[in-house]
Amino acid sequence: MKYNVLIGGAAGLGIDTISILVEKILKRKGFFIYSNKDYMSRVRGGHNFIQVRFGTEPIYSHWPELDVIIALDKETVEFHAERLCAAGVIICDESLKIEYSRTVKAPLAQMAAEVKNPRALGSAAAGALLKIFGQNLELVKEVFIEKFERETAESNYHAFQLGYEYAPKYFEISAANKDSHILINGNAAIAMGALAGGVSFYASYPMTPATSIMTQLSMRQDDTGIVVEQVEDEISAINMALGASYAGVRAMTGTSGGGFALMVEALSLQGAMELPLVVVNSQRPGPSTGIATRTEQSDLDFVLTAGHGEFPRMVLAVRNPEDAFYQTARALNIADQYQVLVIILTDQYLADAAQTIEPFDYSRISIDRYFAEAKDIQGERYKRYMPTESGVSPRIIPGKIAGAVVLSDSHEHNEYGHISESAEIRTAMMNKRMKKLELLAQEIQEPEYFGVEKPDMLLLGWGSMQGPMREAVELLMQEGKPVGALVFGDLYPLPTKLLKKYAGTAKKLINIEQNFTGQLAKLIRQETGIFMNDSILNYNGRQLDSYTICSRLKKEVL
Amino acid sequence: MLDPRIYDVKDEISWCPGCGNYNILPSLKQALAELELQPHQVVIVSGIGQAAKTPHYMNANGFNGLHGRAVPPAQGMKIANKNLKVIIHSGDGDSYGEGGNHLLHGIRRNVDITHIVHNNQIYGLTKGQASPTTALGQKTTMQFDGNTSDPISPLALAVSIGCGFVARAFSGDKEHLVEIMKEAINYKGYALIDVLQPCIAFNKVNTFKWYKDRVYKIDDTSYDNSDRVAAFQKALEWGDNGIPLGVLYRQEKSTYFDRVSYLEEGPALVDRIWQPKDAERFMEDFR
Ligand SMILES: Cc1ncc(C[n+]2csc(CCOP(=O)(O)OP(=O)(O)O)c2C)c(N)n1
Ligand SMILES: [Mg+2]
Repeated sequence: MKYNVLIGGAAGLGIDTISILVEKILKRKGFFIYSNKDYMSRVRGGHNFIQVRFGTEPIYSHWPELDVIIALDKETVEFHAERLCAAGVIICDESLKIEYSRTVKAPLAQMAAEVKNPRALGSAAAGALLKIFGQNLELVKEVFIEKFERETAESNYHAFQLGYEYAPKYFEISAANKDSHILINGNAAIAMGALAGGVSFYASYPMTPATSIMTQLSMRQDDTGIVVEQVEDEISAINMALGASYAGVRAMTGTSGGGFALMVEALSLQGAMELPLVVVNSQRPGPSTGIATRTEQSDLDFVLTAGHGEFPRMVLAVRNPEDAFYQTARALNIADQYQVLVIILTDQYLADAAQTIEPFDYSRISIDRYFAEAKDIQGERYKRYMPTESGVSPRIIPGKIAGAVVLSDSHEHNEYGHISESAEIRTAMMNKRMKKLELLAQEIQEPEYFGVEKPDMLLLGWGSMQGPMREAVELLMQEGKPVGALVFGDLYPLPTKLLKKYAGTAKKLINIEQNFTGQLAKLIRQETGIFMNDSILNYNGRQLDSYTICSRLKKEVL
Repeated sequence: MLDPRIYDVKDEISWCPGCGNYNILPSLKQALAELELQPHQVVIVSGIGQAAKTPHYMNANGFNGLHGRAVPPAQGMKIANKNLKVIIHSGDGDSYGEGGNHLLHGIRRNVDITHIVHNNQIYGLTKGQASPTTALGQKTTMQFDGNTSDPISPLALAVSIGCGFVARAFSGDKEHLVEIMKEAINYKGYALIDVLQPCIAFNKVNTFKWYKDRVYKIDDTSYDNSDRVAAFQKALEWGDNGIPLGVLYRQEKSTYFDRVSYLEEGPALVDRIWQPKDAERFMEDFR
């Protein structure tokens, strides 16, 4: 069984607090959770909502149909009541004028007044919700003690109890298993991957929806001894990260499209200097400022070639919080091993989507630095860009080996890093650098496949579309449709084995993407000559859900 | 003292004969040698321009990055390894124009680096366009009818935002330049030296003689360089009435390392000992 709760209201009314309480309590009771956020770019007013989906089996995306709405204002009901299922319930304060029969109009404000904490209204609503789902009060109080300061914990828990007592029970739910999970969103998972992967320096400039990566790191910087620096602009962020990388620490930066655009010149500097670097682009709708708090997958084209001149890079998209963790740690190793740029793509949907998953397995992570030692560097003068079979030159860091100095240069340079305009050296250096693309091609991971063994209809997507597409395939398979989906994580170099295998026999190829132009389809066409037959594209700033994918497929494709 | 020749390299130097840079380079080597800094302990960081070629002409670690972007990587590498002596050598265009924003915030951040600006009041490498320090009305290879923007006063700017070490030197006075460089390198925090340097090819106004006739050394006995308001006033002195050389302002203040205390107390960031498992404890935050 899966249930879906929407918590809505103007910015500043506290829907965040309610959702944290509800998510934590349900998680502790052993339910699987998937929650996602729909926010406006403002601090007060407007309309925001969070959807919390929970159930007794794993959940990997959001869902349109609602079982309960917690409405902190009238707009919430106006906007979302049509999505309420037949057995659905609305919870709101008694003062709201709502003409819907299955509404629990609780005196939430009065309850908050009774506990002498006007901000506890949300806790009362959370209490009502828990009762509606027939849950007992076990494990609840601990959540309040963890979340709030001492006094507010008391009053909030008290308000919760009042809401709980007031509401009737509506749903009969089977019990869940014991909780063994973590509940984490995409950006926090990237940050956890960065910490596990040994990032020592993260420089960034705030920009939604990348900011929370920096926040997750900075709140742990004292504890870990890493440095998180909020810099003056994204140009500084990436150049500072390159300086830190030069000096030998694992460095990383993150931003969204506009900030990434400012970093572009320095991406190319990475290409010339061959310094390990990982850059996250957490996408939001463009062009320009676009919609700051919404989602899109429209920067794939951009990041594939961003930077003047030609140099090797790896581009990967993370698909869910678990993937985000492991791929971030992997990206750091690849950047070091090949002295390349690795770009990680995510987006607002995944950045803010929290999912219950198994705790990360830290024994699967290693930190592999690939530094050369004094004995590996021959000759009296260190050749930072020494030609080698693989194209990767032995790398030492400055200050560590007496007598050896490291010269890194943005110009074309000779093996010492010294400026050169020689045609021979230029050609040799280009060959050396570009050779790494072959090495990267050996590192790439095939896309994930879901579906029947031999699909007639093959869906293709990437990154955060994984959850919705996986669920869509399950729904279509339940209807007996011969369907499968390939969801790409690694995008460049493009893995083509599974693609060729399934595309060879499928009758229809359909790309499903959060952009206007079908950027994955374009990449596949460019790299393999394989054309899509049809596409489901969405660029309204909201993530497609599995239900909509299925209905659009039926209407537009099948 | 070390032999300054340990910093020599054989590579060809592409500055114009007679360029002021030919005096700045040996001064730097001299200062480093006197401070007994080995080549591997020093990083010369630059952007792009004639001045910014300095890392190529030295046997020391070098990072020759992007135009205007010398300050960010310099800070990044110093934060990463506090044991390195990080010294920026770049032009006036690079430091005050393309990279102006980084200068402001570098000063605020106060990482312990030295920023030496080769100020020839012109864009040398790109053949003579106006820079942020070119005089109003000066004709250039681009501003045919004269420069239409006011020049900035880099030192007044630095004093006004609280840079703890603000100095001016002249490429024509090596001995003084070496002393100022040494003091700046030893200073804990962001140290800015504006070095007046004639560009014989493209700046026909601010020639060697033009500078020589105007520069004078601040009288250390009567001038209190810890007085910020006096320093600001001093920094505004420019032109025919004289151009002061010396440390105009010096103030000991907390550096980035003092502010991020575990960096000051612990080992260099690059020597941080860390295993993936050390991060596993954060799983508790998501239970
Ligand atoms: C992004 C970018 N813009 C422009 C240039 C071209 N450029 C190179 S150096 C320079 C100005 C150099 O002037 P300055 O920094 O004063 O150095 P100088 O040559 O005078 O020593 C310019 C405009 C560049 N390399 N990169
Ligand atoms: Mg200049």
